[in-house]
Amino acid sequence: MRRRSRYFATAVAVIGAVTLTACSGGSSDTVGGDTGSGDGTGGTINLFAYAVPKPGFGKIIPAFEATDAGKNVKIQDSYGASGDQSRKVKDGAEADVVNFSVEPDITRLVDAGLVDANWNADANKGIPFGSVVTIVVRQGNPKNIQTWDDLLKPGVEVVTPNPFSSGSAKWNLLAPYADKSEGGKNPQAGLDYLSQLVGNHVNVQPKSGREATETFLQGTGDVLLSYENEALFAERNGDPVEHVTPATTFKIENPVAVVKISKNLTKATAFKDFLFTKDGQKLWAEAGFRPVDPEVAKEFAADFPAPAKLWTIADLGGWKQVDNELFSKDTGSIAKIYDAATK
Amino acid sequence: MTTTDAAVPRVGSALPAPGSGVPLKPPKARWLRITGTVGPLGIAVAVLWLSIIVLLPLAALTVASFDDGLSGFWDAVTAPVALASLRVTIFVSLVVAVINVVMGTLIAWILVRDEFPGKRIVNALIDLPFALPTIVASIVLLSLYGPESPIDIQLNATQPGLIVALAFVTLPFVVRSVQPVLIEADREVEEAAASLGADNWTTFRTIVLPALAPSVLSGAGLAFARAIGEYGSVVLIGGNIPRKTQMAPQYIQQQIEIDRPVNAAAVSVALLLISFATLLVLRLVAERSLRKQEQAP
Repeated sequence: MRRRSRYFATAVAVIGAVTLTACSGGSSDTVGGDTGSGDGTGGTINLFAYAVPKPGFGKIIPAFEATDAGKNVKIQDSYGASGDQSRKVKDGAEADVVNFSVEPDITRLVDAGLVDANWNADANKGIPFGSVVTIVVRQGNPKNIQTWDDLLKPGVEVVTPNPFSSGSAKWNLLAPYADKSEGGKNPQAGLDYLSQLVGNHVNVQPKSGREATETFLQGTGDVLLSYENEALFAERNGDPVEHVTPATTFKIENPVAVVKISKNLTKATAFKDFLFTKDGQKLWAEAGFRPVDPEVAKEFAADFPAPAKLWTIADLGGWKQVDNELFSKDTGSIAKIYDAATK
Repeated sequence: MTTTDAAVPRVGSALPAPGSGVPLKPPKARWLRITGTVGPLGIAVAVLWLSIIVLLPLAALTVASFDDGLSGFWDAVTAPVALASLRVTIFVSLVVAVINVVMGTLIAWILVRDEFPGKRIVNALIDLPFALPTIVASIVLLSLYGPESPIDIQLNATQPGLIVALAFVTLPFVVRSVQPVLIEADREVEEAAASLGADNWTTFRTIVLPALAPSVLSGAGLAFARAIGEYGSVVLIGGNIPRKTQMAPQYIQQQIEIDRPVNAAAVSVALLLISFATLLVLRLVAERSLRKQEQAP
């Protein structure tokens, strides 16, 4: 009898604790689960995406399932650090559609024979939406951060993810790099800025843009470097932050591609194409991403102010060159700065 | 699989030898006889299972950690951030073990010797950290000590935060190892000491503590070993700040995420060695105290 009542008490305590904690909820980077309602009779599409567009796909997936092409299609979505997700797919995770933060993560799959080499040959170059790099600060901007130089003020702690796993981190570092080096003309000036930033102001290394946001919201740091859409998402959630887009910043382009060995190639292609339709573009814009369709972009122009100067990856010579020169493990100049600062 | 073969003859010798005086009817099938052992087949299965589940992965891990040669292994383990994470891990785990020694013994004492309303519920609560997924503990602690703390205490991303989280998950170890010893303890000896004029503290120090010490130590050792490898409970509250609050398991996870598997494997092997050393010390202490007990009149 004694034993039994002890078990009972344990059970009650466990249930109580689980109920209490269920209310507070947590954050997660990994599997998104069933966002939509498709029953799978039309096939299943496995979507592997980087961590940040989850709120966007939350709108897109039900809308796609409401179209004729998407009827009864079940979309299994998974989110995580861009580089990490890309390596998972390369290592054999079954994916049909991939959406990464940066082009090299798709190039990795092209090299592995999983994505067609012509994936970016369409009018939009395989990029359904984008954003700009922005600076997120605490409500009221207590440290008065306005420019890239303000990040180097003494005592300012910057949160930005680790560029070896996160695509977001690469964009975040490229923005001040492009500004300081005037679009790559004076690389040393850009690298000097980054060694100061990474060496003296960056203490944590979250694995993805999403995790960086969580870290920042949990109280670490004064400044978060992030996508504009991520900043909008946090602000709309009621989190006590605001964002300052510097006059000079960087255009973020997030590519999408279909895996050519997909078991459900037609549906996967239909899903990819849906992202570029007027409806799809509007949903992205509503979720805070900058649409690529010029008409939709005009419609939402008020939400997305144009910075005075917006550098692009093409200005720096394209991803291939940037990845080789700056981010390549052990040899890239930014990779070296990062390794030296974090070793 | 040579171990399997080596284990077989021993079983044979465990069977009662013919003519050893045990009255047994001649069995039709020898292996059906109840001998109290599982027989060679059972042992073979057990060894195979242990090999697949424990030995093989550990061997693979060790091999992986030497992918870049001995110098690669050494560089990976002695990288300043890796060393710092090991240092933080060991320091925090030691503090937690010490806290557990004091608080665990106290709680066990109260649960055995004192009567109070709700004692059974408290007793059941002790096991909660075992039953609760550790990530849940992390969320609970984050909502209590995080940026929106209702009691205005902020421990997230600090070492005290790590210690609180680890103290939570390791709470049962000392309590549950001390409790049975206290229940068995001979209270008459304590009463005799008291009747001879010893005060409470003297009685505790000279009579109770020596009897409890081995169980307290083994509880603390287990708590330490658990704390070293703990991941779930510190992942949210810890902050994962390199050199400050990044624990070794978090460092390992990070190295995997940034595609540096050799670094991850090397630090894992270092953690493994620490765990082995802890278990070894525990065994030696246990054996020594057992011998002492046997020698005692």
